[in-house]
Amino acid sequence: MSNTSTEALNRSSQRLSHGNRLTPARILLYVLLVLFAIYYLLPLYVMLVNSFKPLEEIRGGDMLALPQAWTLAPWSSAWSTAQIGVQATGLKPYFMNSIAMVIPAVLLSTILGALNGYVLTKWRFRGDGVVFGLLLLSCFIPFQIVLIPMARMLGILGLAGTTSGLVLVHLVYGLGFTTLFFRNYYAAFPTELVRAAQIDGAGFFRIFSRILLPSSGPIIVVSVIWQFTNIWNDFLFGASFADVDSVPMTVALNNLVSSSTGVKEYNVHFAGAVLAALPTLVVYVVSGRYFVRGLMAGAVKG
Amino acid sequence: MKERLQIWVPKLVLGPSFLLILFFVYGFILYTGYLSVSDSRMLPSYGFVGLENYEKLWNLRHWTGSLKNLAIFGILYIVICSVLGLMLAILLDQKIRAEGVLRPIYLYPMALSFIVTGTAWKWFLDPGIGLEQTMHAWGWASFEFDWIKSRTHAIYTVVIAAVWQSSGFVMAMFLAGLRGVDPDIIRAAEIDGASRARIYRRIIIPMMRPVFLSAFVVLAHLAIKSYDLVVALTGGGPGKATELPATFMYSYTFSRNLMGIGAASAIIMLIMIFSIIVPYLYSELRADRQS
Repeated sequence: MSNTSTEALNRSSQRLSHGNRLTPARILLYVLLVLFAIYYLLPLYVMLVNSFKPLEEIRGGDMLALPQAWTLAPWSSAWSTAQIGVQATGLKPYFMNSIAMVIPAVLLSTILGALNGYVLTKWRFRGDGVVFGLLLLSCFIPFQIVLIPMARMLGILGLAGTTSGLVLVHLVYGLGFTTLFFRNYYAAFPTELVRAAQIDGAGFFRIFSRILLPSSGPIIVVSVIWQFTNIWNDFLFGASFADVDSVPMTVALNNLVSSSTGVKEYNVHFAGAVLAALPTLVVYVVSGRYFVRGLMAGAVKG
Repeated sequence: MKERLQIWVPKLVLGPSFLLILFFVYGFILYTGYLSVSDSRMLPSYGFVGLENYEKLWNLRHWTGSLKNLAIFGILYIVICSVLGLMLAILLDQKIRAEGVLRPIYLYPMALSFIVTGTAWKWFLDPGIGLEQTMHAWGWASFEFDWIKSRTHAIYTVVIAAVWQSSGFVMAMFLAGLRGVDPDIIRAAEIDGASRARIYRRIIIPMMRPVFLSAFVVLAHLAIKSYDLVVALTGGGPGKATELPATFMYSYTFSRNLMGIGAASAIIMLIMIFSIIVPYLYSELRADRQS
């Protein structure tokens, strides 16, 4: 499915002619829709509400009740003092690790993806289909297949346990997606414009920066959001390749939640979970439309 | 000279990405493939042992159990997500005024990390503190929901959490499909006096076949890759009740130091995914070229 179908998604349905009057059937319809909305919102609501409760109140039972005594202590604990692994640093340093990993990985993979998409659509050559096919297929591999050699390779490159190592990993395994996004987008871009510029003597990079780039805004947003969400949410690579000063947020959250020592501070766990979810949630709320477009393009190739 | 250079620039630009993929994806697949027929244990080692690791693998209850769990999880996950997704899409496609509010609510879990989802659901499903306790506090003293602690039922809690996360996405795929149906076809059926339910059953849903296929491919490959959610929700337990191939591979390779067997299990995972993805991509790319 191409981008047009997502445009169609955002258009309101025009065709079903009756409706809109409040018949019993329509009331039932709305009740169902609201029940589903509650189902999807409930876990987030439970996490939020309970992250503001003192621990005794949580143990009391009613997880849906609003806090009787609101407290910010779980949040400050999750952020700066909670025990993660052996250290009582809170999630803050790991949040920063994730930021330091995500930004370069997203930028590099998007830039390379844009250039690849440009070559694969406007400078086609013999065998380009095979190149694209191999890039595309790489999106789907189970990452278990690369864990062992990647661990060794990072060691050989001297990048074991570093943020740079994780950037490399996320760059490599994100290239397929970013290339796909830009390739599909540029395929719809009139090739005649490129040929005309070529005849006028414009070179490869000049055509890219003057002709394609200015109209690439939407697909850049799609690519950045997709990569940001995926890399921020990654757990497997973080758990496999990170070391003390490169552990990302998801791995730290899992350590916090599953640590078996002492009392389980559920309110702190929830505050931590919301902190880990916050960046991607904010991106989703601000630009959900583009997020959906990325999902659809990633879902239905070609 | 400059002309000659121009010919090479595109290939020089694409080259690094292609080499990265060739090495880090396909080269690594071959390497893991070799490890799976080697005597590697804690570290890679290159003594050839034939299919010994595969034989050992299939004799492990741990592995066959995780395949069985994957079958239960995968089938339920795919079926429930598809049914729920289609139903939500149809409900939302009835000129709902609040669609702009509801749609993002159904879809937002997809933006969350599975670790976050797992944390929330682990607690929610924990009989000592979550839903069960809340029902007790509300006065329903006999309410019981302890699947997450049960060897026979824990795998279904993984399904519950995974469906919560992905069903909104399937809804979006179906909604896009529904919006792509030619309105004239529906109008014609309405003029012929067909009821709304009949139009959906006989005309619209059959037209969604490509969406069903895409949803199946996406969900199946997500199911086979599932790792984070199990780690965060159940840690593979109780016992080995929720172990999946992905968690099996990790624990055999990195905790039990049986790298050869771990590599063999990764190869099986790859074969499972490729046997779904490759025919699909092939037909998609071919259709693409023809259009």
